[in-house]
Amino acid sequence: MSELGNSLSRTLAIIIKELRQLSRDRMTFALILMIPMVQLILFGYAINTDVRHIEVGVVDLSQSSWSRELLRVTAATQAVDFHHSYGSVQEAEQAITRGEVKAVLYLPADLPERLVVHPSFTGQGQTSRQPALTPAVGQWLVDGSDTLVASSIRGLRTLPLDEVAGRPHNPALPVLEVVQYFNAEQRSVVNIVPGLLAIILTMTMILFTSAAIVREREHGNMEFLITTPVKPLELMIGKITPYMLVGILQISIILTMGHLVFDVPIRGSALNILGSALLFIAASLTLGLVISTIARTQLQAMQMTIFILLPSILLSGFMFPYDAMPEPAQYIAEALPATHFIRLIRGVVLREAQISDMPADAIWLALFALGGLLVAAKRFHKQLE
Amino acid sequence: MKQDSELAIRVRNMSRTFGDKLAVDQLDLDIPKGTIYGFLGPNGCGKSTSIRMLTGLLTPTSGDIRVLGYELPRQAELLRTRIGYMTQKFSLYETLSVRENLDFVGQIYSLGRQQRRQRIDELLRLYSLGDHQKQMAGSLSGGQKQRLALAAATLHHPDLLFLDEPTSAVDPENRREFWERLFDLCHQGTTILVSTHYMDEAERCHALAILEDGVKRADGSPDQLMQDMGARVFEVSGDDLRALKTRLINQPQVISAAQLGTRLRVLVRKSEPQPQQWLQQQLLNQTSEEVRPSLEDVFVSCTGGHHV
Ligand SMILES: Nc1ncnc2c1ncn2[C@@H]1O[C@H](COP(=O)(O)OP(=O)(O)OP(=O)(O)O)[C@@H](O)[C@H]1O
Ligand SMILES: [Mg+2]
Repeated sequence: MSELGNSLSRTLAIIIKELRQLSRDRMTFALILMIPMVQLILFGYAINTDVRHIEVGVVDLSQSSWSRELLRVTAATQAVDFHHSYGSVQEAEQAITRGEVKAVLYLPADLPERLVVHPSFTGQGQTSRQPALTPAVGQWLVDGSDTLVASSIRGLRTLPLDEVAGRPHNPALPVLEVVQYFNAEQRSVVNIVPGLLAIILTMTMILFTSAAIVREREHGNMEFLITTPVKPLELMIGKITPYMLVGILQISIILTMGHLVFDVPIRGSALNILGSALLFIAASLTLGLVISTIARTQLQAMQMTIFILLPSILLSGFMFPYDAMPEPAQYIAEALPATHFIRLIRGVVLREAQISDMPADAIWLALFALGGLLVAAKRFHKQLE
Repeated sequence: MKQDSELAIRVRNMSRTFGDKLAVDQLDLDIPKGTIYGFLGPNGCGKSTSIRMLTGLLTPTSGDIRVLGYELPRQAELLRTRIGYMTQKFSLYETLSVRENLDFVGQIYSLGRQQRRQRIDELLRLYSLGDHQKQMAGSLSGGQKQRLALAAATLHHPDLLFLDEPTSAVDPENRREFWERLFDLCHQGTTILVSTHYMDEAERCHALAILEDGVKRADGSPDQLMQDMGARVFEVSGDDLRALKTRLINQPQVISAAQLGTRLRVLVRKSEPQPQQWLQQQLLNQTSEEVRPSLEDVFVSCTGGHHV
């Protein structure tokens, strides 16, 4: 066999061995599947404070076209569904006490009169100096025991009345317009799911590979392995390839669940999603490998992983917007693969962007992966210390 | 003096320190091709450290090492395909089956699929592992693990085989069987370096080195070592052997006195001109007779007796 053939044979040997070990390691296998699911649900629901489709009622005493229009706009937010109609405030209160509905919208008989003097309706919402003196047009009666529901309903207080008035959105607020275009309902979970890809992959990919070399050292396998003709680069490639598959599996789980459970729109082409994911997976895996060549024990590897994971969660743009961070934090963020991946994947998944629209991030990830692989192979000496 | 080309291993002044601990001290070795050579010594005497330097796993602090003509550690990578190494601690994968482990090793040595299957079947038969080929290596018995490790170390027909305490977890019956396999390999031309702390095992080697605290105390064939030993061996029988022993080991002429059942085995220095008469004078109502030295006596006399 040629030297290249031998090299392929050795790399393949490592890959097959890793896959076999992985398939028998039930704990790791369970983690691979459970981490994305649990994290997605935890982050998805915990950060997703905007509750939707709350069952509410209405007491409409005005019975005007204005009131019907107001109800339509309110229902269009999808925050509430009007299920019941009551004749009086007393009836509504009883319904709330019974638990029939969580809240009732009360629209008084003089709704049209109140509307026409309301600044939000007249288009002067931004300049009104005395909002406290302006009478409200209606009132929400809310079951305050469910804080989540209450805060969601509170969010409906400032309902823009432009639409009720039949005017287009205030053009003085262009930023809002862009956000609304992709996330009309202002749901944070839409942004979180793609970001969560980065966090979960950082966690699992670095965790698995950071232990890869140290574990063999600790179990004593390394002493045998390094007396064989296997080359450092072959060992490194053989170690990360199986986890590329694991990473793709996790991405599929997160995006599918995000789509089914949280209605996250998947707009980009599968090829672009796969491409950016593979770049990031490779970068994370090689980072893990480098850690693995530095750490002396699995515990140390774990600690170093957390050292990388924390800034990846806090600084990558997953938790806080990149632009709102102080400059030193932005420098650190630029060094983290997660930052570049979050930019890529949000672009692809939410805005239908192509990888080629964001070449800098893609190239950075590719170079990081290549550099990491070479550093790991260089650092790995076929010797016992 | 052997020609260099007839030597599998030629080492001069090999030393290794860990911090300020001298693990191997100025070791010289000449190991001829086609022989079984032993490292005999107690725990911590530097057997594993020496083997690791000879396989290129550890860099010596100083010294010249030539293994199969390659200069170590510089040419360690060229040596890889020509040596086999069975580590002291089981170093194959416990979560892979017997066959999967061997398959892995076969692929690492770039054997083709057909060739690999043939060789593995042959090894499974040779080392009676056929019935266990689907069993996870972690659940094998000590003896089975050891046979699997030997199969893995010899899969690629190495010219030189390093075995680090291969029989420490093995019963005497399996140990005999194991040594039969080693002699088969040796007969086929493989040079074997084996470390041990069992005397009976050391005695089977063509030649051996006795190590203590990283220093080579003696080397040669077992017969040679027994002949050249700096002591004569006597067995004393009679009453009150415990008291006699206490008295004897305080004498400068006595290297060691150890009780074996109803007899006391006494090593008297050859520097004493008349060892037999001298010993007779020490006895009260016991009798002594000179016996043939064993390798254990050699070991005890080389290592100054403080191990027994
Ligand atoms: N990596 C290391 N770091 C520090 N000291 C070491 C290291 N490896 C070995 N030593 C020390 O070197 C000495 C020789 O160790 P070595 O493992 O070679 O002994 P050995 O003859 O193989 O013993 P055993 O029969 O117990 O296997 C010991 O004192 C040991 O503590
Ligand atoms: Mg040892």
